[in-house]
Amino acid sequence: MYSLDHVDLGTPASDTAESVTIEIDGASVTVPAGTSIMRAAASVGNQIPKLCATDNLRAFGSCRLCLVEIDGRRGYPASCTTQVAEGMKIRTQSDKLSQLRRGVMELYVSDHPQDLISDQAPLRTEIKDMAQRLGVTETRYGWDGERHSGLAKDESNPYFTFDPNACIVCSRCVRACDEVQGTLALTIEGRGFDSRVVASQAESFVDSECVSCGACVEACPTTALQEKSLVASPMPDRSVTTTCAYCGVGCSFKAEVTDDAVVRMVPSREGHANQGHACVKGRFAYGYVTHSDRILRPMIRQKISDPWREVSWDEAIEYAAHEFKRIQAQYGRDSVGGITSSRCTNEEAYLVQKLVRAAFGNNNVDTCARVCHSPTGYGLKHTLGESAGTQAFTSVMQADVIIMVGANPTEGHPVFASQLKRRLRQGAKLIVVDPRVIALVRTPHIEADYHLQLRPGTNVALMNALAHVVVTEGLAQEAYVAARCEADSYRKWKDFVAHPDRSPEATADITGVAAELVRGAARLYAKAHNGAIYYGLGVTEHSQGTTTVMCIANLAMATGNLGREGVGVNPLRGQNNVQGSCDMGSFPHELSGYRHISDTATRALFESAWGVHLEAEPGLRIPNMFEAALDGSFKGMYIQGEDMAQSDPNTQHVTAAFSAMECVVVQDLFLNETAKYAHVFLPGSSFLEKDGTFTNAERRISRVRKVMPPRAGLADWEVTVRLANALGYPMQYRHPSEIMDEIAALTPTFTGVSYAKLDRLGSIQWPCNAAAPDGTLTMHIDHFVRGKGKFFVTEYVPTSERSTSRFPLLLTTGRVLSQYNVGAQTRRTQNVVWHDEDRLEIHPHDAETRGISDRDWVGVASRAGETVLRADVTDRVQPGVVYTTFHFPESGANVVTTENSDWATNCPEYKVTAVQVIKVSQPSEWQKRHRELTQRQRVRTGSVSQI
Amino acid sequence: MHIDQLVTMANDIAAFFHGASDRGDAVRDLATHLRRYWDPRMRKQIIDHCNAGGAGLSDLAREAIGTLTVPVDSPRS
Repeated sequence: MYSLDHVDLGTPASDTAESVTIEIDGASVTVPAGTSIMRAAASVGNQIPKLCATDNLRAFGSCRLCLVEIDGRRGYPASCTTQVAEGMKIRTQSDKLSQLRRGVMELYVSDHPQDLISDQAPLRTEIKDMAQRLGVTETRYGWDGERHSGLAKDESNPYFTFDPNACIVCSRCVRACDEVQGTLALTIEGRGFDSRVVASQAESFVDSECVSCGACVEACPTTALQEKSLVASPMPDRSVTTTCAYCGVGCSFKAEVTDDAVVRMVPSREGHANQGHACVKGRFAYGYVTHSDRILRPMIRQKISDPWREVSWDEAIEYAAHEFKRIQAQYGRDSVGGITSSRCTNEEAYLVQKLVRAAFGNNNVDTCARVCHSPTGYGLKHTLGESAGTQAFTSVMQADVIIMVGANPTEGHPVFASQLKRRLRQGAKLIVVDPRVIALVRTPHIEADYHLQLRPGTNVALMNALAHVVVTEGLAQEAYVAARCEADSYRKWKDFVAHPDRSPEATADITGVAAELVRGAARLYAKAHNGAIYYGLGVTEHSQGTTTVMCIANLAMATGNLGREGVGVNPLRGQNNVQGSCDMGSFPHELSGYRHISDTATRALFESAWGVHLEAEPGLRIPNMFEAALDGSFKGMYIQGEDMAQSDPNTQHVTAAFSAMECVVVQDLFLNETAKYAHVFLPGSSFLEKDGTFTNAERRISRVRKVMPPRAGLADWEVTVRLANALGYPMQYRHPSEIMDEIAALTPTFTGVSYAKLDRLGSIQWPCNAAAPDGTLTMHIDHFVRGKGKFFVTEYVPTSERSTSRFPLLLTTGRVLSQYNVGAQTRRTQNVVWHDEDRLEIHPHDAETRGISDRDWVGVASRAGETVLRADVTDRVQPGVVYTTFHFPESGANVVTTENSDWATNCPEYKVTAVQVIKVSQPSEWQKRHRELTQRQRVRTGSVSQI
Repeated sequence: MHIDQLVTMANDIAAFFHGASDRGDAVRDLATHLRRYWDPRMRKQIIDHCNAGGAGLSDLAREAIGTLTVPVDSPRS
């Protein structure tokens, strides 16, 4: 069932403006036209009995408990499926209605486990509530007739059970899977008494197409579908509304808690980003918070070959500060730096960059967005004027044609994907641009109109070809462009893309996409009333990542698809607070709000507030820091919540750089890969252990609220405060709200943001200031942030990473639904049931020519390194392309990826690595060394183990 | 830092601006990019390399780097 404190109104709200006035049990009620009688009654506190109805699913009318009487109408219509009509007079209570309801309820009770309905039943359920409310806990039919009992319980899913004995076949679960999640994994099999809920083709839940989003469990009015955590724990006694710490959707959750233990996470129906939905990670995969691998005591060591020594917080902080000061005295002020985390809060990211700038006295701060969406920031800032997506997620419900470029939202952004699929089922058209056959290409009730299955590394050539069609076929919105964009830049761009070299026919050999498909897709998008582009790391993680972002902005401007709902340029951010960490001034060249460090006025503002001199020159980016470490000029690093030794490309290069440093401070939940090269380990705090805010992919700032005390005693922001003070730079915050107040005072796009306003509004999309006191749903209305939109000429420059006779295949990387990023969190949950190792997807043709069968061990070698994975032979990838994920450190996916990077931002080219794949029988040399190092690490930390 | 890496980076940036603008604009935009996004020690290194002949640098990169001035070391270093 849904959260304990939710008042279920029975059916969804009507969004019509017209009102209707009716009379319910003698009381006058005015509601929007289209409202059900059930919802109208509930809106004035009159809860009509129900079992098959719930307010996030369309009315179904099967349980027959919600019958009412209506003057002038015969019979007893169901109040859930009957809409109000002007002047209608309704009775919800009468002797006859009571008799009918009790009769129906008695039938349900007669086929339901008695112990689940009795007063002593441990769990509160809707059927129990309803039986007791109607006074029906016994049945005149006895218990000896044919019943649904003795049926096997499906306990295959790690998070919930399915008990068919408790199922009343109300179809709420089936409808939730259809309407809310959009997977359509559940159905009703059989007829009449034999009707039963089944997953896929009557398979166990864990083996079925079920994606474990939990919407069915939430919808169930009985204990047929039941969270295991709720059975194992006492009923929760309070709930705290907070924000998920997984992907960039930023779902709002109610953490239901007993004492200080989370019993379950329930997606909030008031959540603006997720509107009551969740995925398997957000709803279920929070067990890592209490995992035994958590490091709860600070540790230090002089050399990385030494054993760790547990120390007090004071000693660890003093040691780190002393080392940083020693290094700066010895090697210079610029010899140290820091990394902010996209998994930490805005306030924490802000404090780390402040520490680097004010306490270290340099601009050597960077963030993990360097390796994911830094091209988005650069590309959108230069074309549109702001380093952020343009829309709210709800905008997709008004899109008519959607282009999905290099993103796989059913895996990476599943809750947004559910909304997207809902729109597609309503008839919106879809164009997928991806080297792989992602699920959206063909999934139940959805088929992409076009799948432009391009070769890795050819995004720019393809986007230019789309633009070529728009321009040469007269599909550009000339009036829009003339009014809103720089004329000179448009003219140059138009001439550029109109050139025959950019045509679909000329570029087909480059992209591998047939010209007629490109032309058809371009026409579909350009002619749409509302065309929206969504994209992901398949755009940014290329040597021309920034160029592709500019291509996307060019295309949207040329077709007039910016500045209103239903359109836009929408980067799907990978981690929960990528947008926020970038907003907070985490890049080495800019302060919060994307203001360049060289700007004297901006610097003066911060210098005045912080009481320090700020350097006007940009600092080192992450890959520059590694290079500088290897040349001996960069010696110390403070890393909050990132695992660069696993997530960054060319692992051996990265670990060599870490090995060359003299003080690496890792602040994290777990002793991660980077910590193997650390000298100080500061225990981190999970999102459940602190206050703060996250900013999601739609610029939405949401509160993170403390559910339990920090397990190691300090929240991450408190650790940074202590470190700054120990370095000699005073920080005196008592609560993260004070940090946000400082951010608001110094950042024009945040001036209206405060915790009080966030509590009042629920969430705020920046910019939030005097011009937009409640935030900004859609950007660039009327004009672009930079004034006139600027087109950029986007020449296709082939990556230097090309397939050769030595490395004939192209490796591209991605993610799976059940795991998250480097897997530090999800590997420590039961999500490993679905994905317990990274595999290499290889096309059957490429596998056959190499003698590779499914599940064989294969060596993957590039010019950077070599690793060994199991093969997954599949036609999801095209011939010549292989694919893997990087969720498990021992897989070594990034041992293979190279130092190639985006020209503008140095975002690594994870998506194109030339490799050879051969069948092997033993791990790679790197994996052998990695195992030894991991084993030594275990020994050095006593009880610490790694999954 | 390894000069080969800096040369590759400079050439990659030049390849974008080469296509994006006329020559004068390209030189200016490339130089601006290096000023705004490269740490001073990287700029100094590439300028020194350019002044020493600029082996491996594209013509556009060499021309743009030629317009840069060597960053002055901060007095607090």
